[in-house]
Amino acid sequence: MRINGAEILMNCLIEQGVDTIFGYPGASVLAVYDTLLDFPVRHILTAHEQGACFAAEGYSRASGKVGVVLTTSGPGATNLVTGIADAYMDSIPLVAITGNVSLDNLGHDCFQEIDIFGMTLPIVKYSYIVKSAKELAHTVREAFRIAQSGRKGPVLIDIPTNIFNEISEYELIAPEPILPKLIDTTDLVKIATLINSSERPLIYAGGGVIASGATEQVKALSTKISAHVAVSFMGIGAVPSSFKNYIGVASNRTTAPTTALKECDLLICLGTRFNSRTESNNKLLTKRKLPIVHIDIDNAEIDKNIPTTRAIVGDVILAIEELLPRLNGNANEEWLARDFGEKPIKNRAVDILNSLSKKVDKQTIIVTDVGLHQLWTALTYPVETPRSFLTSGGLGVMGFGLGAAIGAALASGKRVILVTGDGSFNMNLNELATAVKNKLGIMILVMNNSSLGMIRQIQQENFSRRYSQSTLYLKTDYVAFAKSFGADAYSIEQSDDIDKILDMALRHKTPVVIDCKIPINDK
Amino acid sequence: METEKRIISILVKNQPGVLSRISGLFSRRGYNIDSLSVCATEDDRYSRMTITVTGTKATVKQIISQVEKQEDVEKVLDFDEYAVVFRELLLIKVNVKSSERSQIVDLCEIFKAKAIDICEETMILELTGSTQKIDAFIKILIPYTIIEMARTGGAALERG
Repeated sequence: MRINGAEILMNCLIEQGVDTIFGYPGASVLAVYDTLLDFPVRHILTAHEQGACFAAEGYSRASGKVGVVLTTSGPGATNLVTGIADAYMDSIPLVAITGNVSLDNLGHDCFQEIDIFGMTLPIVKYSYIVKSAKELAHTVREAFRIAQSGRKGPVLIDIPTNIFNEISEYELIAPEPILPKLIDTTDLVKIATLINSSERPLIYAGGGVIASGATEQVKALSTKISAHVAVSFMGIGAVPSSFKNYIGVASNRTTAPTTALKECDLLICLGTRFNSRTESNNKLLTKRKLPIVHIDIDNAEIDKNIPTTRAIVGDVILAIEELLPRLNGNANEEWLARDFGEKPIKNRAVDILNSLSKKVDKQTIIVTDVGLHQLWTALTYPVETPRSFLTSGGLGVMGFGLGAAIGAALASGKRVILVTGDGSFNMNLNELATAVKNKLGIMILVMNNSSLGMIRQIQQENFSRRYSQSTLYLKTDYVAFAKSFGADAYSIEQSDDIDKILDMALRHKTPVVIDCKIPINDK
Repeated sequence: METEKRIISILVKNQPGVLSRISGLFSRRGYNIDSLSVCATEDDRYSRMTITVTGTKATVKQIISQVEKQEDVEKVLDFDEYAVVFRELLLIKVNVKSSERSQIVDLCEIFKAKAIDICEETMILELTGSTQKIDAFIKILIPYTIIEMARTGGAALERG
């Protein structure tokens, strides 16, 4: 059939199974917004394009589907940059669609014209400028394929506004399934030998395990070879925290995974890239000359940060399934019984999280922002299922949380808990309006310590307690603020309030903000 | 750590932005490019980028895997200097008095260079060859005062 570009775009989104998009209208995309009314796609209008991008990411992180964000040219496009970069760092499948000035105006510095294609080159998996309606359908299909295949990531499609009115031929093509792949298994037998001769193996699972959906395979591997399992920040939820061989999140703060790293005789890394956040562990690895097996979908991650002994390039599920029949399964009860004795983090925020975790469903999605509260939540909250702990792991974006929680709530249709700090919340609290408008069951815990806690802590330790610009002491009344936006709100002033306030807040099925007063020196 | 010079030949799809995408990858990951050239191929859907880099073995491996994973990259070949035919082109304008012309012609003879423009006081010479040969030719011309020169990156093809 012959239809215009805007209709081709919407048809292609339907083809790809898109049911929700996040965005903000503007002059260059008005034809799309008009067409949108005739298609069965839910559009979530946010307060800011950055919020829309984080929401699309949250939607994707919670569901595993591609997140879609749609904005206009110029500032609409530039406001996506942080979200796209975040998706790139955390390998989140995202398709960002931006309008632009018409093709014959490109390059003339028109009103709201910006080279978003050039601007995002280093932070996308791939990108396009569509030059005719004829190539639009193919471009959208390819963009979705690229976003989801191999190592997932963001793809940008920049569409000059005249393309939306141009008529072209369109035929529905159902997308072909994207099948997981094994790319290089040369080392398979040698890896099996390494594992079979190991007495104290340790598995380190990253975000790749969640992207692949390999929870059961990792548990099976761990059980068969008697390996403890530690996870990275992005790997939280890769195996349940209640799994018998789980020992915690590797970080510069936790001790159990570090001790395990010192004592193990083989490290098996699954879908992880040895982020600099675990630098002390990385240094330990280099020093110990430990045999390291690395399984990752991205060949460029092998030997990038840590030189490994043997590697498989490919999907984690397939790699483990190839490995398992080749493993003897040496039971080592003594190694498995080893208790690495994690030193618990004790403070009011953790008390609140502990209390909350006992009151809500085990599958409840927890979203964090970035700062001390992120560490506290990541290191103490008992996460039981993949895609139920969402955090900005690589880029560390303050202000990520509320948008992501909105996307996660829409993807799951269930209650979502956002744990944020006063610093992070202030960055994007405008999106509370979006959460209220859409009646989303988001509970927002603002861990309010009147400061940028993590910055303050670093200044305390490394800058002789010179607290440059890290104390906030805002006069903001978060309860009044939340109510003015139409949300419900409470505050926790002291530890005795915790249970009572959480119980009251959990009765609400719509956005509720809890201003949690946290002592400034809590670590 | 020991560094080595490698010639990397990249067959890329002719897509908008492909040059920025690849060269940007090198700059943002801190890889040094010694020379870069882009040319058409026998198939007009593709271009060939020939990049020479200096780096440790690990860096070169990392460069190749980073380049390989780009959507526009069809094929990456890592050449060491012996397995390929590698040529650069030099155009060089030197100040030559008429009395010195025969000396220059002798040098051209030795290097298999060509004189392609002769004026009263200047000559333009053309030479193709390996990086080392071109370096040597330039060095030998320095006493005659080099006015300006243009030098391409390398073009490389696998032997055999």
